[in-house]
Order: sequence, then C-alpha cells, then structure tokens
Amino acid sequence: MKLLTIVTMMLALLLSACATTGNPQDPLEPMNRKVFAFNDAVDTYAFKPVAKGYAAVTPMPVRTGIGNFFSNLEDAWIGTNNLLQGKPGAAASDVGRLLVNTTVGILGLFDVATELGLEKHDEDLGQTLGVWGVGPGPYLVLPFFGSSTLRDSSNTLVTLAVPYVDPVGAVDRVAIRNTARAIRLVDLRAQLLAAGNALDEAALDKYSFMRDFYLKRRINQIYDGNPPKVKNKEDDDYLDEPAPPAAPAATKLEEPPAGQFAPAESSGK
Amino acid sequence: MTKFFLTILLALGLASNAMAMDAPDELVRNVSKDMAETVRNDKAIQAGDIKRVTEVAETKILKYFDFQRMTGLAVGREWRNATPEQRTALASEFRTLLVRTYANALAQYKNQTIDVKPLKLAATDTDVTVRTELRQPGSKPIPMDYDMIKGTDNWKVYDVSVAGVSLVTNYRETFGQEIKASGIDGLIKSLHDKNQAGAAKAADTGKK
Repeated sequence: MKLLTIVTMMLALLLSACATTGNPQDPLEPMNRKVFAFNDAVDTYAFKPVAKGYAAVTPMPVRTGIGNFFSNLEDAWIGTNNLLQGKPGAAASDVGRLLVNTTVGILGLFDVATELGLEKHDEDLGQTLGVWGVGPGPYLVLPFFGSSTLRDSSNTLVTLAVPYVDPVGAVDRVAIRNTARAIRLVDLRAQLLAAGNALDEAALDKYSFMRDFYLKRRINQIYDGNPPKVKNKEDDDYLDEPAPPAAPAATKLEEPPAGQFAPAESSGK
Repeated sequence: MTKFFLTILLALGLASNAMAMDAPDELVRNVSKDMAETVRNDKAIQAGDIKRVTEVAETKILKYFDFQRMTGLAVGREWRNATPEQRTALASEFRTLLVRTYANALAQYKNQTIDVKPLKLAATDTDVTVRTELRQPGSKPIPMDYDMIKGTDNWKVYDVSVAGVSLVTNYRETFGQEIKASGIDGLIKSLHDKNQAGAAKAADTGKK
C-alpha cells in the first residue's frame, strides 16, 4: 500500500507542476528524470542482479513454467478489458485460455491454449481508456513501475487497489502473497535482461529513448498492432536530395573543410 | 553461330542475375537462419564474446542494410543541412552503434526462432515491409518488421520496427536535441563517444 500512496502523491504533484519546455507529451520531464534515475539505481543494485542470479540458476523449462503461471493469472483481467473494448470474441478466447490452461495446463504452468490456437492478448485498462478516446495525458515515470502516462497509470492503481484484478494480491496469507509477488517481479525482470542490455547499447539518452518508445508502442497496442496509417516517413524526399556544398559559394573548390569558410568567399567580396 | 551462343549466354546471364536478387522475405529468412546457426555453433559467441558477434554480423548482414538511408531517417530534416563529410561521419557512427546493439541482442537470445511471414511482392514494388515474429520460450512473440528498399544488387533494410515501433525514427527526438544543442558536429561527437565507451565494454567481455 505504500506504493499506492506514492503513486497518489505523484498524481497530486502533477496538478501543481508547471509545464516546462521540451517534448509536449512530457511536461513533467525534470521530475520524471529524477524518478527514472531512482528506478535505474534500484534496478542496477537490486532487481537486475537478482534477476541475473535467478536466470543463471533456474533451468529454462522451470522459468517458462513460472512465466506461464503468472501470465495465466492475467488472462481474466485481459479478457475483462477486451469485453470493455467491445471485443467479445477476443474476451471469450481469453476466458477459454484461462479455463484450458488452469485445468489441462496444470494451474497455468503450461500454455496449452496457445498450442490450441488461442492466442495470448495484450490488454490493460490504459488501452481500454485509449480505445474509448481518452488521450494519454502527460508522460509519467512511476517509482518502481517505470514508464507510464496519466491515463495508463490507472491500470497500475486499479491492479494494486481493486481485489481480484490481480489474483496474487487477493491471496490471504501475507507470506505467500509477497513471495509470489517477488517471484513474479524477478521472473519478469529476467525476461527483460536481454532487452535492457540492448537498450544500454542503443540509446544516446536512455530516458528519452525509452519514453519515445513507450509512447509509440502504446499507440500500437491500443490499435492492436494496426494503428491508422500515418506514414511516418511521409517526408522522406529529403533523403534523395544531394548534400549541400560544405560552404556557400565554395563550389569551385574541391572538398573544402567542413565548417570553415572557403577562402573563395572572402576574396570574392 | 557464335552470336547465337552469345545471345543464349547473355540471356542466361541476365536470367540468373534477375534470380540472384532474392525476394525480400526470402532474404530476411535466409539471413536470419544463417545468423542463428552461426551464433548457435560458435563457442566464443555462446560465451558472450561481443566482438566476435560483431565480426560475424559485419561479414554476413551488413551488405543488406542501407545505412545512409537509415541515418538520414534517424536524423530527420536536419539531414538536408549536413555536408557530405558530415553525412558520411554520421552514417559511419550510427552504423557502429546499430551493429553493436544488434550484436549484443543477438548474443543473448539463445533459444530464439524467427518466423518470417510470406510477402506478396508485386514486380513494381520498390519499398516493402517484411513482417517477422521473434519467438522465444517463456515470452510472448515480439513482432519485428523490416522496411526494405530495392537496391541495384539486392533489397536493403532501412528500418527495423520492434513491437510496431520504428527503431530508426525513435532516434529522431534524441538526435534532434543534440543537433539543437550543439549542431550536427555535436551529434557526431556524441555518437562517437558512445561508440568508444561501447567498444571498451565489448573488449572487456571478449577478455573474459
């Protein structure tokens, strides 16, 4: 519940924070960057080492089983969101998945449903609100949870606060509940080890790279992978334009050094 | 008679030339398969040697990428104002960055399989998207799409989308910031510094 308090406080902060320059979708960038740095430190010193250890000692089939188990628990909530988005067919498939995997798949350890052609879906409350026409609002980095937006943080809040949205949270015994949460977190982090390393290599600025990726991916998710065709490379004509000469009026010279004025220009004037 | 043979030879030559240009989806399938096999069978790579993966990537896949175009897309409109030297420098640094990123990702996904969706290719097409799915046990398949353009000798990739997000245009924001703050040369320097740091790290993993 402490997390919930923090999240609520952050939302309150939003209302008082002033807009800054930069990305219009990220008016809270200075605050977000601080939270991002905090998350990054927590990850470097706690989550990542633990996830690495877990990945090293846990055989792949066991990891797959653990991943499947927690993934199965999500299917009810995914189905609910599909229903809320007016996709009863997809929702029925999610319920089917839950039934098949919980029984034949032995409490979800095996993902039999996928083999049977019932594909796993990816839905949450943020996407449902998006389908209903709610805009993302400002980009937010939540402590521990990472990239989100005002709209998408609703899913985090509901998952934490409403019983049975996250079945793990509904377990009575505190010890079991917390153990389950910890394993789920570690397993999830282990799945992202490779992606995280690639990100470290790829990004000049990890913060903005992750933000831009998150915001674009959410649009893609809301449209279930088929966003309306905004031709992203609409004005790619410039690619075929020849490069400008290095300096104005320097056409007579061969390869003038970049960034310097060609002598021809000064003498000409 | 000689002329006749010549014509046949020429025709054959032309035909085989036309056939040598693999269809884009076929190309992605073959190259991914080749890479996956190489990674699986190379002991150094399995041990996490990034330098070795980079070498393999350099020899096997780089000819299928149009880095100039990729860089232009990532830089955005400022590309117009870049001199030929700056363009070359940008493309070369960006290429190093992407290759290292790719090599890192490749070295880690050990049980991955790539499922390439068949592409309907019209004879007049010059710009296509090849859709694939990266499958790995324990996680959801990740959609990876390759935007490809028809070159003179083969199709070339100029953008890769992961989970529907273009990696190349994802750089635009950061590149734009760099250019605004310290110009095109500033961006070249940032990329260069990042690559230096990355190379040092790769050398470290190679020693282990």
